Amino acid sequence: MNFLATLKVALAALRVNKLRSALTMLGIIIGVGAVITMVAVGAGAQARVEDQIKSLGSNLIIILSGNFTSGGVRMGSGSQLTITEDDAYALAREIPAIQAAAPNLRGNGQVVFGNSNWATQIYGITPEYLEARQWDVVAGEAINPSHVDSAAKVVLMGQTVARTLFGDSDPVGETVRIRRVPHTIIGVLDRKGQSMIGQDQDDVVLIPISTARKRVLGGTQVKSRNVQNITVRVRDGGDVGATEQEMRALLRQRHKLQPSQEDDFFIRNLSEVLAAQEASSKILALLLAAVASVSLMVGGIGIMNIMLVSVTERTREIGLRMAVGARGRDILMQFLVEAVTLALIGGLIGIALGACASFAVGYFAGWRTEMSVTAVLLAFSFAAAVGVFFGFYPARTASRLVPIEALRHE
Amino acid sequence: MPAPLISVRDLVKVYPLGETEVRALNGVSIDIIEGEFVAVMGPSGSGKSTFMNLVGCLDTPTAGSYWLAGEDIAHLERDALAGIRNRLIGFVFQQFNLLPRTSALENVELPLLYAGVPAAERHARAQAKLVQVGLASREHHHPAQLSGGQQQRVAIARALVNDPKLILADEPTGALDSVTSLEVMALLQQLNRGGITVVVVTHEQDIAAFASRLLAFRDGKLIGDVQNAPRDAAAMLAAQRSSSHQAAVAAA
Repeated sequence: MNFLATLKVALAALRVNKLRSALTMLGIIIGVGAVITMVAVGAGAQARVEDQIKSLGSNLIIILSGNFTSGGVRMGSGSQLTITEDDAYALAREIPAIQAAAPNLRGNGQVVFGNSNWATQIYGITPEYLEARQWDVVAGEAINPSHVDSAAKVVLMGQTVARTLFGDSDPVGETVRIRRVPHTIIGVLDRKGQSMIGQDQDDVVLIPISTARKRVLGGTQVKSRNVQNITVRVRDGGDVGATEQEMRALLRQRHKLQPSQEDDFFIRNLSEVLAAQEASSKILALLLAAVASVSLMVGGIGIMNIMLVSVTERTREIGLRMAVGARGRDILMQFLVEAVTLALIGGLIGIALGACASFAVGYFAGWRTEMSVTAVLLAFSFAAAVGVFFGFYPARTASRLVPIEALRHE
Repeated sequence: MPAPLISVRDLVKVYPLGETEVRALNGVSIDIIEGEFVAVMGPSGSGKSTFMNLVGCLDTPTAGSYWLAGEDIAHLERDALAGIRNRLIGFVFQQFNLLPRTSALENVELPLLYAGVPAAERHARAQAKLVQVGLASREHHHPAQLSGGQQQRVAIARALVNDPKLILADEPTGALDSVTSLEVMALLQQLNRGGITVVVVTHEQDIAAFASRLLAFRDGKLIGDVQNAPRDAAAMLAAQRSSSHQAAVAAA
C-alpha cells in the first residue's frame, strides 16, 4: 500500500469523527501556539535587554590614564595623564574595528544662569564623543569640529542641568557661566538616565575639549594634549575582546613601553555585565519555552489517548483489513499517519495561533515579541515528533492484533 | 483426479482456557478439489468455525499441516499469511463487515489497495465486480444506504475483486431473509460454476442443500463427508417469483 493511499485512508478516518479530531488537535494547537508565543516573548525580552545594554555601552571601551607612583605610593588610575588626544586619533586611524575614539577631559564646577546655579560634571569633548556614546542632541545643534578648532565658548546641556537651571523654558541660545566663563548654549542632550552604577548620566555639560583645556579646566593640562580618558566605540558586530588587545598593543607601542614595564593606562569594558544580563535573559527564554513544551507534551498525550480509543473502536475494521490482506505494517502506518496528520494539522493551526498571540501580546501588553523562523520550525517538527512518539504505541497495538480475534471483536 | 486446492492433514488447534485447554480441532484431514462447492456443518462448538479460520489463514494451527494451492501454509509468518489471504482467498461474513461511511466502490477496492494496485486500475476492477453482482448503479452508496442483501453483494464483490481461487463464506445468509438468502446462494453458485471453489459454513440444512459436498463436524472432528446433488438456487428463485406473481395476479 503506497503512502498516498495510506494518507487518504487516514484523512477519511479523521473526517468521520470531525469533532473528536478537532478536540484532539486542540491540545497540539495550544501546545505549538504556546511554544511559539512564549519563545517570541522570551526572544523579545532578550532583544530588549540587549538593546538596553547596547545603549549603556556594551561595545564601549574606556581607556583611563595610568597611575602615578610617588615615593612608593601608587596614586591610582587617572592620577597622571598618560594618554593623549593623539592616542585617540591613532586608535581610530589604525584599528578598523573602532567606530569612534573620543578623547575627553573631565572636571567639575559651578554652572550659573541668572540667580540660579548648579554644581555638575564638565566634560571637554570632541564631536566623536557624541558618536561614541550614541548620544543625540534633541534641541539645537551638536558641537562640531570648528567649535573645537576655535575653542569656542559653546555648551551642550545635559537634561538634568537644563531642567534645574531653566525649568520648562528653552535654554538654547541662552548664556551660562561655567566656572565663571560665559558659554552660549547651542543644544540640549537627549535623556540617558542612570548609568549601571546609579549615576545620573544627564547631570553633565559638554564643552569643546580645547575650550575646556584653555579656558575652563585649566591647570597643568593647558599646554599638553593629555586627556583623562578615551571613550572608544567598537563597530556593531566587532569583537570587543580582540579590539581591546589591539588597542593595548598600539598604546604600548606609542608609549614606548618595554615588555617588562606594566601598562601606563587602564582599559575597561562592560562585557561582563553584558554577559551576565544575556545569561539571565536566556534563562528566562528557556524557562518560557520549557513551560510551553509541557503543554505540547500534554497535547501529545491527548493524541495517544484518542488513538487508543480509536484502535479499540475500530478493532473489527482492523480485523477486516487484515482479512483482505493488510499486513502489520500497513495497519501500523495507517494509524501512525493518522496520529501524525492530527499533530501536523494541529501544528500548522498552532503556528497561526502563535503568530496571532505574539502579535496580540506585542499590541495590547506593549511587550516586544520576536517570532523566529527557528522557533516556528522547531515547534512544528516537535509537533510531528510528538505525533510519531505518541501515535506509535496505539498504532503498534493495532498492527499486532490477531486477525480472527479482531474480526470477532464486539 | 486434479490436485486438491485445500489439503489438510491431522489439523489440531488448541486454545488455552485458564488452567485447562480446549481442543477446538482435534485431528482433521481432508482434501478439497478446485471447483467444489462445500458446505461445512455442525452445532456450535463443533470446530467448524475454527476449521474455517485455519483454512482462511486467519489463524495458525497448533499442529498438523495445511497446503493451499500447493503452498505450505502452516508455518508462514503473519505478513506472508496476509499476502496469501489477499491473493488467494475472498471472505464473506455473516455481518457483511463493510467499512461504514465508505462507498460501495471503495469497499470493493480495499483488497486491491493492499495488493498495491494503482488507483485507476483499482476503480476499473472494482466497478466490473459491482456490475457482476448486479450493483452497477449503487457504487457511490454507503453501506447504511443499502439493504442487507445489497450489502452482502458488495461484500461478495469485495471477495471477488482480487480474482481469488477460494471464497470462504461464514454464515453468509445468517442475517438475511429467505428470498435474499436465495439471491446470495444463487450468486455463489454462479461464481462456483465459473470455477471458483466455495466453502460455506452454515447450520441451516436449507442452505447446505445448495452445496455439492457436505462436511459435518462434531467435537473437533470431521464425522461426515458426503456428496450432494445440489439444488439450483436461481431456479428456485425464478419459481418463487413466478408463483408470487401468480398469487398477486390471483389476488387481483
